[in-house]
Amino acid sequence: MNFDNSQPIYVQIIDEFKKSIIRAELSKGDKIPSQREYAQTVRVNPNTVQRAYREMENMNMVETLRGQGTFVAAGEEMRDKMAEEMADKCIQHFVREMRSLGFEDRRILAMLEVQLTNREEDE
Amino acid sequence: MIQFNNVSKSFGTVVALDRVDIQFAGGLITGIFGPNGAGKSTIIKLIAGINRSDSGQVLVGGGTPRNKKDSVAYLPEIDHLYPWWSLRQAAEFMQAFYGDWDQSRYQELLSFLRLEENMIMGKISKGQRAKCKLLLVLARRAPYLLLDEPFSGIDILTREEIAEAMIRGYQGGEQAVLISTHEIDEIESLVDNVVFIDQGRIQLVGNAEQLRKERNKSLAEIMKEVFRHGSQQI
Repeated sequence: MNFDNSQPIYVQIIDEFKKSIIRAELSKGDKIPSQREYAQTVRVNPNTVQRAYREMENMNMVETLRGQGTFVAAGEEMRDKMAEEMADKCIQHFVREMRSLGFEDRRILAMLEVQLTNREEDE
Repeated sequence: MIQFNNVSKSFGTVVALDRVDIQFAGGLITGIFGPNGAGKSTIIKLIAGINRSDSGQVLVGGGTPRNKKDSVAYLPEIDHLYPWWSLRQAAEFMQAFYGDWDQSRYQELLSFLRLEENMIMGKISKGQRAKCKLLLVLARRAPYLLLDEPFSGIDILTREEIAEAMIRGYQGGEQAVLISTHEIDEIESLVDNVVFIDQGRIQLVGNAEQLRKERNKSLAEIMKEVFRHGSQQI
């Protein structure tokens, strides 16, 4: 796993778990790796992983059961909310970038439609 | 905790440290970054009790480095093991010499690092020797762990193994880990706190995640900035 070193790593760890939940790769009740295992797998300071896990607990995204491990606590409602938030961020970033290149909104929409239509044809 | 109060150290005419004030907290991994000759190794050697400061005070857990030598696991940059030693002999020596040896930890990391006990220190490659040295300090449950340029001259794949072993061997708790290096990339994601030092003076101290958040830059990029400005001040 390659994290972007110019952004806080613990935030990126949380985002990775969010994405897994959004993609339904992880569902409510699924067990996630222990902090130690995860730190070893992604090669990150265990303290950083601890911070990410703690924040996820605070958000009720996961819960730790003593002696058993850490499990996904996010249900459908939270999953949908996270998906929407992530989508919003993506779209805002895209629009910002396109506008900074000088494109008009109408043109952006048209180009977007072409992209989406092309993709459908490829499939 | 390790504390430097107004510490200066020169070697002949070379000023290695110039009135350095710094603290290293327990339970954290601190990266000491700087170009060659910056003073990184000097900081480590003072803590290890190898050298003494010319002025100022170095406190290791409230005591002098000399008094606390047994609590310090020190990995020097040089090859310090007898070349005729096998890894097993080196491990047996450490076990006999230090009361904090952890045999099960040694076994676990030995196999993770793909080392063999009959390896002879003077006959193996530089990368394998670096892994052996690391194994011998990680296998100790010492309150202070000092790694002086653990990646120096090592190929990139071995560096990754070493970084992984550091995480695997990380004890947490109250152990203070200090890693000095000029190669930041490998340990960007490993460090809690960073100290940037150049020409014997502390240029910047901070928490890695906090610095990333504030500056939207990696530690490597920040280091380049810090030292570029530093040299412009001359």
